[in-house]
Amino acid sequence: MSFDHRHLLGIEPLGPHDITTILDLAEDYVALNRQTAKHSDVLAGLTQINMFFENSTRTQASFEIAGKRLGADVMNMAMQASSIKKGETLIDTALTLNAMHPDLLVVRHPQSGAVDLLAQKVNCAVLNAGDGRHEHPTQALLDALTIRRAKGRLHRLSIAICGDIAHSRVARSNILLLGKMENRIRLIGPPTLMPSRIDQFGVEVFDDMNAGLADVDVVMMLRLQRERMDGGFIPSEREYYHRYGLDAEKLALAKPDAIVMHPGPMNRGVEIDGTLADDINRSVIQDQVEMGVAVRMAAMELLARNLRASRPDAA
Amino acid sequence: MTATLFTNARLIDPEARSDHPGSLLVENGRITAAGAEVAVPEGANLIDCRGKCLAPGIVDIGVKVCEPGERHKESYRSAGLAAAAGGVTTMVTRPDTTPAIDSPETLEFVTRRANAAAPVNVLPMAALTKGRQGREMTEIGFLMDAGAVAFTDCDHVVTDTKVFSRALTYARSLNALVIAHPQDPGLSDGACVTSGKFASLRGLPAVSPMAERMGLDRDIALLEMTGARYHADQITTARALPALQRAKRNGLDITAGVSIHHLTLNELDVADYRTFFKVKPPLRAEDDRLAVIEALRDGLIDIICSMHTPQDEESKRLPFEEAASGAVALETLLPAALRLVHNGDLDLPTLFAALSLNPARRLGLPCGRLAPGAPADLILFDPDKPFVLDRATLRSKSRNTPFDGQRMQGRVLATYVAGTAVYRSA
Repeated sequence: MSFDHRHLLGIEPLGPHDITTILDLAEDYVALNRQTAKHSDVLAGLTQINMFFENSTRTQASFEIAGKRLGADVMNMAMQASSIKKGETLIDTALTLNAMHPDLLVVRHPQSGAVDLLAQKVNCAVLNAGDGRHEHPTQALLDALTIRRAKGRLHRLSIAICGDIAHSRVARSNILLLGKMENRIRLIGPPTLMPSRIDQFGVEVFDDMNAGLADVDVVMMLRLQRERMDGGFIPSEREYYHRYGLDAEKLALAKPDAIVMHPGPMNRGVEIDGTLADDINRSVIQDQVEMGVAVRMAAMELLARNLRASRPDAA
Repeated sequence: MTATLFTNARLIDPEARSDHPGSLLVENGRITAAGAEVAVPEGANLIDCRGKCLAPGIVDIGVKVCEPGERHKESYRSAGLAAAAGGVTTMVTRPDTTPAIDSPETLEFVTRRANAAAPVNVLPMAALTKGRQGREMTEIGFLMDAGAVAFTDCDHVVTDTKVFSRALTYARSLNALVIAHPQDPGLSDGACVTSGKFASLRGLPAVSPMAERMGLDRDIALLEMTGARYHADQITTARALPALQRAKRNGLDITAGVSIHHLTLNELDVADYRTFFKVKPPLRAEDDRLAVIEALRDGLIDIICSMHTPQDEESKRLPFEEAASGAVALETLLPAALRLVHNGDLDLPTLFAALSLNPARRLGLPCGRLAPGAPADLILFDPDKPFVLDRATLRSKSRNTPFDGQRMQGRVLATYVAGTAVYRSA
């Protein structure tokens, strides 16, 4: 089992083998997490700092639980309230933290590329917990694990990703990951919410949701940000729901056993029908949350191994 | 009377489109003879060029010197030294300082500073509208009297077409040159890269290359209305070229420039969010770069400029969207431009037409030529000499070059302004 990366900044630098390595290890943690005694000590002695420059409840909680179950000393820093507001630059913040010798740095930032920039300035392993519209690698990995467990494989599946692709880091990471694993990817959404030249990513693009959903194995819905709803990108919330909201009628066009996914938090009645989201026969949304903890444990363990191996005091 | 004879030179004459061995005689700061056989006056200093290239010095339209306001980024002294080392004998400076150069008083301050500190010629441009705000035109007449050679709001587009058409009409009456940045500001608002696969992959806000053509189309329509003298600072996309060609064919008084970065780099050079590659307009697709080179070769695009824009480390060491735009280029302009020659895209006389002759002509300057009577603003350079650029060696106070660590070919050996050496390579 090899995973030759210092950081987890995105799916882009990973190969199919790296992805499989993380998912296989995550399977072990799924089992561990379901036990009553969930503790491991693979990160014992290591310090994990969660730096969130953008609000997050679920992702931050998921990383925090993952670190604590592996025995790391976990600290959360709510960066919105901190020195950034006092005019300190990102690099200075990074250098300050670096001087406290963290081992794992989990970073979310509203600007694309900010986590890459930070990773260049620190000596520890950096995990990207979402940067701007760029990447959100652990989300794509947890989605992949969820799909693999539900479908029994992670290749030759037909997967629809629906909604605001343009502003979504989740979509970018998923397109990259699912493409690397050789799946057919369909993107569904209004053309105003599609990134430019997205057709060059080896995907099929649909602005008609009914056509796009035909015979897919997986329907992955994206959250529509509130600030995109009024006039600028789409005419209105209700027209969006009518054309691109997932309901039972539209889902009937997919394969009978197609699963429904959503990275959360959901806007019920905007992009997804509430009843459908709760349908335990179709929706794997709760499984995604469960897989999130396992995947993050696996990713941190692999990075910690490389970190220990790279340090001269390695025992 | 002092006379200097440059012998054994390879004379690059953009006016005659010639490149041949010969000698050049300079007397009292002016060229008095050039050619294969030049009579040597008695007592003349002899400079043996050892077969290296002698060309008219570069006239660089659009250099930002950060005085007044941000002298820590670039002063007239540091920019002047960089220009001399880069073979730029005339810097045509931008008014996008803090405050903007929009009054005769500020212009006089700048001229005084420039004359005291810079070893090369400095010709200032002034803002077209007060504070570059796009609302009221500046005192174009007074500013011309004070020495402004052109009027531009730099990267601020005058969005109000009524204001812009009046400014163009007024400028026309004084025969003033207006330089504009063709860009549709609504479409390009907030963008920091060109839209396309790369922008989508990196998740950065992007502008369609069409925004440049839309800006140019609008400006051309206003030129048809007003008949003004107009120069587009940077044409960087294939889509804008047919409009430019039609405007020239229709006899409008229009010329166009392009920055050295858009000729030698493309959008992929941004790679992992490298902010030293963030320029305005953003770097384009490779197809656009190639189309612009062809337009330059055909004479559709007239002028190459450095778009020298100093930014300190603090402005660049930020996430890509927040980082400041611009790159320094006075010292890298010539070696970067020589890449086009080494690649076989251009010959040396064509290159120097775009670097020296055309900008001089557009501004009505006598330089940019090797003809008798022209000022002896000259550069002696070795077009082949290889080196690896180390940004620590740059003379600019700011060292935000995209060429750091890159292999380049071609170095300035000496720079002369009015016959006097202002730079000699070590």
